[in-house]
Amino acid sequence: MPHQPPSDGLILHDISVRFGGLTALEGVSLRVPPGRTVGVIGPNGAGKTTLFNVVCGFVAPTSGQLTLDGRPLRPRPHQLKKRGIARTLQGVGLFPSLTVLENVLVGESDRDRAEATLERCGAASYRDEKPAALPYAIRKRVALARALVTDPRLLLLDEPAGGLGVQEIEELGELITGLSCSVLLVEHHMDLVMTVCDEILVLDFGKPVAHGTPDEIRTDEAVADAYLGAAA
Amino acid sequence: MSGKMKIATIVAGVAVVVVLTLVFPPFRTYQLATVGAYLCVTAGLTVLTGLNGQLSLGHGALMATGAYTLALSVNAGWPLTAAFAAALVVTTVIGGVVGLAAARLRGPYLAGLTLAVAVVVPAITSTFDGTFNSDQGLSVALEPPPGTVTVEQWQAWLAWGAALIVLVLLQLLIGGRFGRELKAVRDDETAARLAGVGVARTQVLAFVVSAACAGIGGALFAVLAQSVSPGAFPLSLSLFLVMAIVIGGLGSLAGAAWGAVLLVALPALAHTVTEGIDAQRLEGNLPLALFGVTLIVVMLAAPGGIAALRPFKRSPFKRSPFTKAGLRPLRKRSKA
Ligand SMILES: Nc1ncnc2c1ncn2[C@@H]1O[C@H](COP(=O)(O)OP(=O)(O)OP(=O)(O)O)[C@@H](O)[C@H]1O
Ligand SMILES: [Mg+2]
Repeated sequence: MPHQPPSDGLILHDISVRFGGLTALEGVSLRVPPGRTVGVIGPNGAGKTTLFNVVCGFVAPTSGQLTLDGRPLRPRPHQLKKRGIARTLQGVGLFPSLTVLENVLVGESDRDRAEATLERCGAASYRDEKPAALPYAIRKRVALARALVTDPRLLLLDEPAGGLGVQEIEELGELITGLSCSVLLVEHHMDLVMTVCDEILVLDFGKPVAHGTPDEIRTDEAVADAYLGAAA
Repeated sequence: MSGKMKIATIVAGVAVVVVLTLVFPPFRTYQLATVGAYLCVTAGLTVLTGLNGQLSLGHGALMATGAYTLALSVNAGWPLTAAFAAALVVTTVIGGVVGLAAARLRGPYLAGLTLAVAVVVPAITSTFDGTFNSDQGLSVALEPPPGTVTVEQWQAWLAWGAALIVLVLLQLLIGGRFGRELKAVRDDETAARLAGVGVARTQVLAFVVSAACAGIGGALFAVLAQSVSPGAFPLSLSLFLVMAIVIGGLGSLAGAAWGAVLLVALPALAHTVTEGIDAQRLEGNLPLALFGVTLIVVMLAAPGGIAALRPFKRSPFKRSPFTKAGLRPLRKRSKA
């Protein structure tokens, strides 16, 4: 057996982010163990994307620490790939002037791997098309392929099911469940979150209001409050 | 077209031009030489502005930098190749410095910075009189061409030899990974970063590459005119360069070639017109007007520029919604 170094995944410790007077995140702590899928849910503006931006280095936390596999993480976006982190953007975020294959090749210039990843995400037959010519669902798959092609240890998915139909979400769920890497999933589609996640963090106005297994979250009163409050 | 095909096209195109220099009268050959010199500049500029999305209004000044560097080197007794190398090095360094600043700026601020370069460089030439001889400029003493070659032929071969090197190197550069990264950064900086692209690094590199091309083009102009002066590189030159690559077709080397042709043809046309109607006073502004009109017409008729037109390729059926589906597999097979 090869020696496995101790690795404990991504750890966020007491992260806060303020934009001027606005508190986008406050005291958020979270662990994403290797190979597990952790969901982050919450109403619009709860700070979910901001949390991703902290992990990716687009936003510097006002306070708190990040560690990845025991080492402090001071992320710079374009170096995430080297640390084994990949992310999809809310929406699609493809390069419109590049073909599907070229989009994936930006992340990883090995052609065989790019094509294999497209195949795996069910977008191989569109390799020479420009994103604008494709249905939304296919574009989302290409975006996923571009993140997966780097063979990440941690994958951040920001609303991957947004704009997808029921059947497509089901397929997405199967794909996520089949991944060997850890996943941090931000998603509004509850069925998907409840089926694929091992644990879930609920944010409301930047504050963690609940944290637990899908079953615990389903019955949590604070969660119901946060969502009903937002709906009202 | 594959990368190899594109390079073959470049080589074939340059070969045709060289043949033309053997049959053209001296004046036409000189115009061809000028097209070659412009092509070095427009090819580099279209990589920067077209593929990477950075607008530069300062490339005329970078040409001036290359031209003055060549003139000073030649007059210091350096051989022509060394003088070209000096022009290349100096403009590359300046391109790097401007590029570092440019990478922090976007949109109108970037345009403002490059505009400042376009204003400052000529001012330097008039400030340091002793070196640059102010508005009179410098003459460039060139050795006579070898054998029975005419001066114009020699100039044209120099210009097109340089253009060949520039085009092939640029094609190799943009045909691969760097080309994808240039476009990725232009399309979506955030997504590019997440895909591992160093956005600032890519932008600076694009600036350096295009500045080097402008430097070579400027140095060629010094060789063609056998002199340099601030008047040869006015602010309007920078504007013409940008208009030329837009009309030609932004982001493609073929578009840059069309642009280079226009940069020579439109002023020549303006000259002919003003001579014909005996209106010399018009001559200064007519090229600008012609460029403006061409720009508008081309943008209305062919938003992708001249290079994007496919008059011979377009099948009359292709546009019909009924036949589109039937044509698709054909296109796919030709690509595979
Ligand atoms: N760069 C920024 N500067 C200022 N405010 C910001 C910035 N980024 C986010 N915010 C604010 O922080 C809050 C949280 O935004 P965030 O995008 O993280 O929410 P979210 O949970 O992803 O919402 P959604 O479900 O709509 O995507 C919002 O009020 C937003 O306006
Ligand atoms: Mg969000």
